This record gives sequence, structure tokens and C-alpha cells, in this order.
Amino acid sequence: MSVPHDQMIDTLPPVAAGFKLRGVDYAWIATVLLTTVMAWLQYRTHMDGYEAAILAGSALGLGALGLWWKPFRSYSLVVGVLALAALWRYGTHIPGGEAIGAPALSAIQGKDFLLKYFVSSQSAIMWMSALVYFSTATYFFGLLRRSDYINRVAAFLAWSAAAFGMTGLLARWRESYLINADYGHIPVSNLYEVFILFAVLTTLIYLFYEGRYRSRNLGGFVMLVIAAAISFLLWYTFGRGAHEIQPLVPALQSWWMKIHVPANFVGYGAFAIAAMVGVAYLIKHQLGGDGPNDRLPKLELLDDLMYKSIALGFAFFTIATILGAMWAAEAWGGYWSWDPKETWALIVWLNYAAWLHMRLTKGWRGAGLAWWAVIGLLITSFAFLGVNMFLSGLHSYGTL
Amino acid sequence: MSNATAARPLPQRSLSARLFEWLGSMSLAVTLLIALALASVIGTVLQQNQPYNAYLAKFGPFWFEVFRVLGLYDVYGAAWFIVILVFLVTSTSICVWRNAPRMLRDMRELRTGVQENSLRNFRHHAQWTSATDARALAPTLAARMSQFGYRTRMETRDEHTVIAARKGGLNRLGYIFTHVGIVVICLGGLLDSKLYLQWREATGALKVETRDISASEVPPESRLPPGNPSFRGNVNVSEGGQSKVLFLNVRDGYVVQELPFSIELKDFRIEHYDNGQPKSFESDLLIHDPEHLNEPLAKTIAVNHPLIYRGFAIYQANFGDGGSKIPLRAWQLIGEVGKSQEIEGAVFKSLGFGLMGQKYTIEISDFRLFNINPMEGKDGQIEQKNFGPSVVFRLRDEAGQAREYENYLAPVPMNGHSYFLSGMRERIGQPMRFLYIPADRDGRIEGFMGFLARLHDREKITAIVEELMQEMRGATPDVADKLDTTARDAIVNVVDQFLAGGFDAIGRDIEARVPEAQRQAAMDTTFRVLQSILGRLYIQLHNERGWGDPTEDDARFLEDAVNAINGLSLYGSPLYLQMTGFTQIQASGLQITRSPGKDVVYFGSLLLTLGVFMMFYIHHRRQWVLLKPGKEGTLVLLAGTDSRRSLDFEREFEALRNRMNETLSNSPTAPSSPA
Repeated sequence: MSVPHDQMIDTLPPVAAGFKLRGVDYAWIATVLLTTVMAWLQYRTHMDGYEAAILAGSALGLGALGLWWKPFRSYSLVVGVLALAALWRYGTHIPGGEAIGAPALSAIQGKDFLLKYFVSSQSAIMWMSALVYFSTATYFFGLLRRSDYINRVAAFLAWSAAAFGMTGLLARWRESYLINADYGHIPVSNLYEVFILFAVLTTLIYLFYEGRYRSRNLGGFVMLVIAAAISFLLWYTFGRGAHEIQPLVPALQSWWMKIHVPANFVGYGAFAIAAMVGVAYLIKHQLGGDGPNDRLPKLELLDDLMYKSIALGFAFFTIATILGAMWAAEAWGGYWSWDPKETWALIVWLNYAAWLHMRLTKGWRGAGLAWWAVIGLLITSFAFLGVNMFLSGLHSYGTL
Repeated sequence: MSNATAARPLPQRSLSARLFEWLGSMSLAVTLLIALALASVIGTVLQQNQPYNAYLAKFGPFWFEVFRVLGLYDVYGAAWFIVILVFLVTSTSICVWRNAPRMLRDMRELRTGVQENSLRNFRHHAQWTSATDARALAPTLAARMSQFGYRTRMETRDEHTVIAARKGGLNRLGYIFTHVGIVVICLGGLLDSKLYLQWREATGALKVETRDISASEVPPESRLPPGNPSFRGNVNVSEGGQSKVLFLNVRDGYVVQELPFSIELKDFRIEHYDNGQPKSFESDLLIHDPEHLNEPLAKTIAVNHPLIYRGFAIYQANFGDGGSKIPLRAWQLIGEVGKSQEIEGAVFKSLGFGLMGQKYTIEISDFRLFNINPMEGKDGQIEQKNFGPSVVFRLRDEAGQAREYENYLAPVPMNGHSYFLSGMRERIGQPMRFLYIPADRDGRIEGFMGFLARLHDREKITAIVEELMQEMRGATPDVADKLDTTARDAIVNVVDQFLAGGFDAIGRDIEARVPEAQRQAAMDTTFRVLQSILGRLYIQLHNERGWGDPTEDDARFLEDAVNAINGLSLYGSPLYLQMTGFTQIQASGLQITRSPGKDVVYFGSLLLTLGVFMMFYIHHRRQWVLLKPGKEGTLVLLAGTDSRRSLDFEREFEALRNRMNETLSNSPTAPSSPA
């Protein structure tokens, strides 16, 4: 048996011990309910039935996630406070909340202290970017020094990065309406916005597994792929001015976008984590496997984590592709058109379906699957980026 | 998908049994998944369903034919691709067929008939001896297991008591859902495929039309009846027009699909954002269906908001011009230059005319209401600017050669002056080169055309040259003597050269005639003389029009006009078509589909989603406790298994073992942890 018993008992899922709600759980449920009702009262005139349903569904999901994964509550509260701070500052400068155009908005962002340095979308995203880099470096430093303390700092930085990233997205959502009421949309509509979403979701999914597996030693590997995404984001911002808020093309004006895109990015994020765990696995495997004095977790744990990530990614990617098909049936006249993006989504799906069959039914374990997970990320990256760059089709919202 | 049979000994079996085995094997399934993925790549790299001519031009005759035979221009409809899909569906179905009974049994069954030895062989097992009697102990231990979410069944046989425990049976159902879901999705897809069309074509009842003719001219053998159960096609309807058919693209041609009702387009609208980007496309439709509707059904469709009528889904897919009326004034640029004539133009209309013994055709192809272009503003910032309406047409000569032009209705202001823009390109895909015709003081094109006409007027030119020579005689009599009629003709010739080929033609002529040493001087003199003529000509025009004293603007106009005339030599058209107005008629591009399999596909998707989550997040686990009286007390043996090896189960087993430890209070005799 390779995992020490005490470690296993520590990480026992709550189901086994029974699932009882405590006072703080009720407080959490009440907070989610209250926030949802407030959001509905505030913005219901902008929402149709589907969007109200999405709000309700998000509240359910958020509530359940917080009950199941406690640290997520503190995270939500911090994001809530930061996002409300942004709303408050914008509300102070623009009491009516009416659209004032990009130049006037940027003037306000330039003169308000909180907005300028913390909570306007651009500042928050810059904070996220810096924190992702710091977190990556700190995780590797912690790994090198075998210091749990340093790793905790790294984890704190990662949490902060995710908090600023999410705040940036929420602030950007509000800003789009302040620039022009017609421009207003959830910021998951182009390559720039989904890169932020990718960074936030991947960080959160990793932090979840970090807690569940009680191992912070993989942080550097996972944060490395997020740091790469951030580097692209920064180039995209400063090289191409992609951060400017643009209105939506008619095809994207749909409530489907609110669910299709995030579901997709849970998938992409989880696949990215699996690949980076695969890298860690291969490195350890190259260095001779498990030893008494290891920095990295046991191979069996890495293997298990790799499977968990791919399973999560596969489940969400399945949902995302089905949602995409349903949206396509409404926007493009058919649920499946063999459009390059659709086809590549299918290729990604088939690839991981094959991976899962080999592991679950054939019982494959080890380096082969780790290699496959790494190659899987290359295929996924092509579906995510390559299709937009090299192939033409209906799905060309994020061109470079 | 199954490895259950792998270990079974292979007695002599029939070929069909072995085929069945192979079709349902895991290796085949995974191979098919990968094969499908690789095949799918082809269609994303090679653009599908393009005109065959485009492929021919790209690959050349040999590879064009190879790729055509391989079906690469419509990979997802190619026979071999369908074969892969059919194999995948068959393989999946066989897997489900073979495994479902066992899985369903797993879900219900709580087998108590287990042997002590087999339990000891489990990877996860533990044992204790307890002083407590087995009958008293059993319910307590069963309760412990229930706390971990297990369903239990107890049975006492002879001396032995066995507690069988199971949880997560839905995991097995998840397997069935997932795989049945895939099969259902594929069957739904089959319902929505072009089966009917292909069957008609295979039986010779349908012929693909490749000619560019109007829908009403398409013969009956290229038409499909309204009864076609599934199709996806397009049709453009002009504002005020109706359509009772649509077009289905088939390879390098099309067939006409008839509809059981007709669609009228009342109005088509595009709204724009303040930055010029389109914000919405909307069509007001009227469905005429006397058999089913007392009065026509009015409905507005937009992107993301289709109309579903009698199982036909009507989508806003595209838009274009529906034959806008465009009055034109054709200015002659050769022959009687400056003469003009009114023409009634319309988009999609061809106009033939003859000029100077040549025949030409004008094919008006498009009208654009807005032309948003980036332009440098006053402060050097790039701004989006609307250049206003334009007309696009091709001018085809007798040889069939065509150039494309785009002319703007209104003069476009640039740096304080206004120009009539006319873009020209010789080939599709080339960038447009623009001719900038300066607007005159009144903002009209007449000034320029008048100037151009004068330049072509031999009498006027001769008079000016005469006048020029007189002045020179007065200034330098000795030079003047040398100027004779030959010189005068030479000067007139310079003007002709300029008109025919611009400054370049004059330059080339001098290079050909004058030795290199004197070339620069000759050039200077010639251009000075030409400039002087052009200037005088303009003053004449200016005075004739009564525009008062010449200003800076006149100097600029002259310069622009001369540049424009210089550019005319490359313009390639004997006419300048001035747009004088427009009546826009738009067309809406509708996509109409009938997909009876959609709900089947959605049902399959639901099964797939549920199945995937059940498989990943519900764990099918079985545990047994065997209680047996022994010499030192009751022997308690715990053993368990997960349908798949996972760390989670090991953790749970540890926790269960520890709980049992507490319950049994005795320390385990041989707590063999999971081997």
C-alpha cells in the first residue's frame, strides 16, 4: 500500500462520515440566497426567462459547491466584496448607471483610487497576471526547498489570482454596459475574455484538487500552464489592444453563451491540469519513480489525479459540446454542421473517450497514459486556439 | 467496452460468434474512436463543399481526381466515413447488448453465497476475532456499513453468517446510459442525413443540376417533393418577393427542394452599433399556406430566433441585395468625351452597349448602403468613417475579360477636399485601386468632366498651343522663328500622349527619342509646356462657369484633376458610371431545415450526459463481512471491491476498517491491510 494511512483518512470524502449541515453552512446558504435575490431585483429588467433560470441554476451550483468545498466560500466572499467595490465606485461616479462611452469611463477609471489600482477590470486582470507569475515561482521555490510554508504562500497567491481574475470579469461585465448599453454582455465572448476565464477556472480546479489530495507540490506544474496563458493574454492586451470592450456580433447574442462557454472552459482547464500532472508523472518516472525522500507525490496519486481531472474535463466537455450543438441548432440551422470548431471538439472528445476506455476498461496505468494526457492537451489547444488561427468557419469569434 | 470475455477459454466457436466477439471488443472500439478522430481532421484541413473548379485550380487535374474519388470534398458524407460510423455504432451496440444484462444484475444483486477463501483473495480485506457471538455482532456490523452508504443483506447458513453490502448501482446504469446514448445520437443523426436524397439519386430519380439557371427553369428530375423528410438548404428572398423552394447543395451542383408553403419577405433590416459593426439582422416574414392557415402567418425572425413552422425551421442565415434600383449617368471617357447618358441600372441586371466599335457589358453585382472605412482624422487618430452608398459592377469586353469597379454615390471629403471615388481591380482577390475624381466648386462631377472634355477637344488645344507660341515669339523672337507647325504638332502630340498613357507615356517617349544628355532638359520643358496648357484650359473652364477669381482651391482642383486624368490611363473603362441615386431592395438569406432526428439526438445527449456523470461520480462498490465461530471467538472477515481500482476506494476501505475496529473493540488478530 503506497499511501500512508493517516493521509488517506485525512482526505476521506465527507460522504462517508455522513453529511450534516452546521450553522456556518446555513449562513452560507442564506448568503447565496440573499445575493441571488438582490441580483435578480437589481437586474431583472435585463433578463429574460432563460437568464433568470441561469441565475437560479448558478445560485444552486454555487451553493452546493460551497457546501461541498468549504474554502470556496471565503473565495466567493472576497470576490463578492471586490466586485461590489467596483460597482460601488462606478455607482458613485455614474449615479444613474447610464452608458457614458469608453473615453468617459476610462477617465473615471483613471481618477478613482480604488478603480485605478484595484477593482476596474484592467487593474484586477493585471493583479491576476502578476499573482499567477508569483504563485508559479513560489510553488517551484517551495518544491525546491521542501517547505510547506512556502507552498502555503504560493497557494494563497493562487487563490488571490483567481479572486482578482473573477473580479476583473465581473467588473468588465458591468463596464460593458457603462460604455454602451447595447454593448453589454457577459465577458466570455472573445479570445481575450475566455483566456481570463481559463486562468480563473483552471486555478480554482487545481486548488480544489490540492485541498482534496493534501499535496501542494504540483502547484508549480499546473500554474506553469496558467502562466503561459497569462503571457499570451498580456501580449494580446499590449500587442493587439484586445482588452477593449467590443459589442457582440448577432450570432453571439444568446443566453446559450452564458452556459456553453463556461462549461467548455471547465473542460479545457481540467484537461490542462491533467496534462501538467502528466508532465510531473513523466518527470518522476524518468527519475526512477517513487522513493523515500520524494518531493513530488507518489506516482499512484499522480495517476489518480490525472484520471480525476480527465474525468471532470470529459464530463463538462460533453455537456459543453451538447450545449453548443443545441445553440447551433438555434443560431446556425443545425445541431451539427461539421464546422471546424465542432469537428475539433469531437476530436478532443473522441481522444479522451479513448483515454478513459484504456484506463477504466483495459486497466492501463502509468507513463503511457501520462504521455497521452500531455498529447491530449496539444490536441485540446489546437481545438481551442489553432482552429481560430488556421481554419475558417462559423466559429471565428476570436481571431488573432 | 468489454474485457469480460477476454479471459474465457476459447473452445471451438463458429465464425459468426468470433465476428460478434471482435465487433464488440474493446480494441476495435478504441481503434474506431481514434480512426474517427483522424478522419475528422481531414475535413477541417481541406475546406469542404467548395465549387469543384476551386479544387481543380488548387490541386491540379491529377490530385483533384484522386481526392474526388476518395470523397475528400465531402468527407463527412463519404461512404468510407459512414462505414467507420456504422462500425462504431455496431461495436457500441454489441458491447451494450453483451454487458447490460450483467450490469443490471450487478445493480440488483446482493450475493451472500461467497466463500471464505475467495474473500481472502480480495485486494482489500481485513480480519478480526471477537468474543461476541456472530448473531449479535452481525446487525451492528451491517449498521456500520449502512453508515457508509451501503445497502446490506444478511444471511445465515450453517455456522456462517454473511453480510453482503453494495452501493452505487447507478454506476452500472451510467455505463448503459452512456453507450446507449451514443447509439441513439448516431441513429438520430442518421434520420437527419441525406438518405432520401441519396436514395433518389442512386435509383436515378434525381439528377444534380449544375447550370446557373433560375429555380423555375430547373427540370423536374432535379427537384425534390415537399415530402422529403430531412434536408438543409438555403434560399434568398428579395423584399416584396416570395419563394416556394430552396436549394440544396450537392457536390458541385444543387437540387431544388419544394416547400409545402411559400415564404414572403416583407422587410429586411440591419441595425448597427455606433462603431458600425452589425448589431442585428431581422426579416419580417409572411407564411402563405392556404391549406393550413386562414390568413398568412406574420413572424419576424432574427439570428438566434428562428421560426419553426410545421416542422420546418426557418433561420436568418444571410443577407444580400435583392435587386436594388440604381439610376446611373454614364460619362464617356473615349470618343465624345464628356458626353453623358442616363441609364436605369439595377443589381443583377446586365447592360450591353457599344462604343467606338467595341461591345461591352456592364454586370451590376451589388449595392452597398454603408461603407465603413478607417480614416485618419484631424488629430491623426484613426476613425471609422462612413463613405456612403456604392455600387459594384463588372465591365466585360467582347473577349470576355472583366474588371470589377466600385463607384461611390457621394463625394468623400478628404483633407478638406471632396472626391468621387471609383475602385477598380482586374482580378477577384486583388485589392481595389482607387481613382480620385475631384468634385468641383459645386460639389459635382461636371467640372472634372468638362475639363476632361476640353482636353480631348483638338480645336481648343490647338488654339491654346497657338496662343502659347505667340507669347513665346513675343518674348524670344529668335527661338520663335524655329517654332513651326511641326513643333505645334509635337506639343499637341504631348497632350495626346498624356491622355492616352499619362505622364509615364510622355516620359517613355522622351526616353526613346532624346539622347541621355539632353533628356532631363527635354523632360522639364515638355512638362512645363503641358502644365501651362492644362492651366490655361482650366482658366477657360473657370471663366466659362463664372466661378469668379481663382483661389487656392482651384489650384488644388487642377492638380487633383490632372492626377485623376493621369490615373485614367490605367482605369480600363471607356465609361465612368456615376451613381445618381438608389432605391434599396434587400434580400434575406434564409436557411430552411427539416430535421426529424433532432429530438432523438437530444434524448441521446441527455442519456450520454447522465451516464457520464453516473459513471464517473457514482462508484459501484461491494463489500462482504463473513462471520464464523472459531476456537478463540468469532472470526470476522471483511473484504471489498470497487468496479475500478481507485484511491478513493482504498481510503473508504481504510475508514470502514477503522470503524469496524472500534466496533469490535478487540484488536485485530491479523489486520492485513489491502495487499
